[in-house]
Amino acid sequence: MTAVPATERMPRERTVSRVWSFVKHHALTAYAILAFTYLMVPIAVVIAFSFNNPAGRFNYTWSGFTFDNWKHWDGVPGLRSAMVLSLEIAFIASLVATALGTLIALALVRYGFRGRGATNLLIFLPLSTPEIVLGASLLTLFLNNHVSKVLQLGFWTILIAHVMFCISFAVVTVKARLIGFDRHLEEAAMDLGANEWVTFQKVTLPLIAPALLASLLLCFAISIDDFVVTYFNNGPKITFPLFVWGAARVGAPPQVNVIGSVIFIVAVSVMVANVLVQMRRAKSAATA
Amino acid sequence: MSTPDVRLVDVTKRFDDVVAVDDLSLDVESGSFFALLGPSGCGKTTTLRMIGGFEQPSEGCIFLGEREVSGLPAYKRDVNTVFQSYALFPHLSVFENVAFGLRRRSVRGETLRGRVEAMLKIVGLAGMGRRKPRQLSGGQQQRVALARALVNKPQVLLLDEPLGALDLKLRKQMQLELKAIQHDVGITFIHVTHDQEEAMTMADRIAVMNDGRIEQLGTPTELYETPATAYVAGFLGVSNLIHGTVSGSDSVRLDRGPEVRVSAAALNGRTGHVAVGIRPEKIELGNGQPNALEGKIVEQAYVGVATQYIVETDCGRLTVYRQNASPGLNGASPGDRTTLSWSPDSSFVVDSMEESE
Repeated sequence: MTAVPATERMPRERTVSRVWSFVKHHALTAYAILAFTYLMVPIAVVIAFSFNNPAGRFNYTWSGFTFDNWKHWDGVPGLRSAMVLSLEIAFIASLVATALGTLIALALVRYGFRGRGATNLLIFLPLSTPEIVLGASLLTLFLNNHVSKVLQLGFWTILIAHVMFCISFAVVTVKARLIGFDRHLEEAAMDLGANEWVTFQKVTLPLIAPALLASLLLCFAISIDDFVVTYFNNGPKITFPLFVWGAARVGAPPQVNVIGSVIFIVAVSVMVANVLVQMRRAKSAATA
Repeated sequence: MSTPDVRLVDVTKRFDDVVAVDDLSLDVESGSFFALLGPSGCGKTTTLRMIGGFEQPSEGCIFLGEREVSGLPAYKRDVNTVFQSYALFPHLSVFENVAFGLRRRSVRGETLRGRVEAMLKIVGLAGMGRRKPRQLSGGQQQRVALARALVNKPQVLLLDEPLGALDLKLRKQMQLELKAIQHDVGITFIHVTHDQEEAMTMADRIAVMNDGRIEQLGTPTELYETPATAYVAGFLGVSNLIHGTVSGSDSVRLDRGPEVRVSAAALNGRTGHVAVGIRPEKIELGNGQPNALEGKIVEQAYVGVATQYIVETDCGRLTVYRQNASPGLNGASPGDRTTLSWSPDSSFVVDSMEESE
């Protein structure tokens, strides 16, 4: 029969086309997996090595699983105080920067004043200036005789530096929200008998709250891992990034990985929580 | 006469170099439905915003009843506003939106609940209190905005083009509803609009504004039947204006036509160049009335309730409406020569505008 060779050829052709169509359909998936792996492997390594039981001083080779590092996360001298200092700085800096940034954003969006254009431009300067320049110039300022008489390098200089570079982020975040803000809402509130303060409390604040939260989280994240600027202005104080850097020179203990993992987990949890809340809101808006 | 609810005395508002409201004086009677009518940029919204307290006058005084309020912020005035964009608080429920003003005045508990629910019922939104504004249609949002303002029982309610965002059918319905609500609550309404039909449907009195000034103030009938200026005549409905020169105590010689009679009251002692105005529905096809003009029909449009004719005469093109009282067209068709006539009493006279002819 003439059909026989044809049927013999067909499975092979079919295989080729099947492989081809598989590749065609999954190329994007494969690429995505590769990209994600590239992004995720370092984080996975950090987490994995927080469970390592290193043989020597260096936590670079896998030599056994243990929970010890997590149980005794502050078993390394200086780590706990560095972590506490970083949290304190990040907490205060994000609060202060968001408060100041909100006021600046309100002024920039709401009012026409002399120098508004310049302010708009200058507020971006800390974002575009190399951190090393920022850190070095701040140090010059703090070491200035007049300044150093009243302000020693230490907690306050770190805080001032962090607030400074966080403000820009706060302004940008809050401004974006304010630009889309319907001024008539505030007029309506005042029309209904609310004075300026009550209007701010009952209408303005709740409506820009998402931007304030975003600004707080952003500033916190930027502050807690800042190394360059802090390195110049810390004086005797050691923040967590400075501690890690110092420890890495003599062999970073696995506890550093523990802290790193915790920070990562907290950040991811906040993000997931945010997404879930947004999804629930969207759902309730759609169903009702 | 009782004290007016709102009184503006010589109010001027300047924004930098631009004069938005120019030496405007105005009395709004208590319990009336008052409309500020005019094209965009005529100063009507600025006037409203000054009454509401969102802008302060550059000069002049504003009184609410006996009390001078110029200089006072919005929250110290017994006035509430329905905004064009509604400005409902998106983060609050419908109930809380309506309750906002009452809460500011420390109304609490059952009294608060009762008043809000009652107001929601009046505007036809009973049972919708727990929804968020974004879950409502445009018309419903409009009602919430109205309820939110009215629940405070203000001395005066300001409405800034409140129906502008609604579609035509809903707008017509809301016009009548607003008028009914105003009648029920008896609060003075001041309504800003650029829609002459809307103003005429709802308002007891209308101030036609132009360039920051009041061009004419009167009832809808007065404004329509005897407009004071060519501007008012043109803004309210369609009008035919024919230029001429006064030739007697009750007659005007048309520039390129015969002498026509007008009422002496309409002429009001004017001399020299004037314009005679006749509304399209007051012109007859045929020579049944004392004043007549020859012409040729150039266009005809059937618009259901009436047929519109454009008639070319020596004095220019005139628009004529004939009501379609009996079935079919009225018989005249484009190309026909015809005589147009009207009664002296149904025409009005305005000063001739410099720029036209």
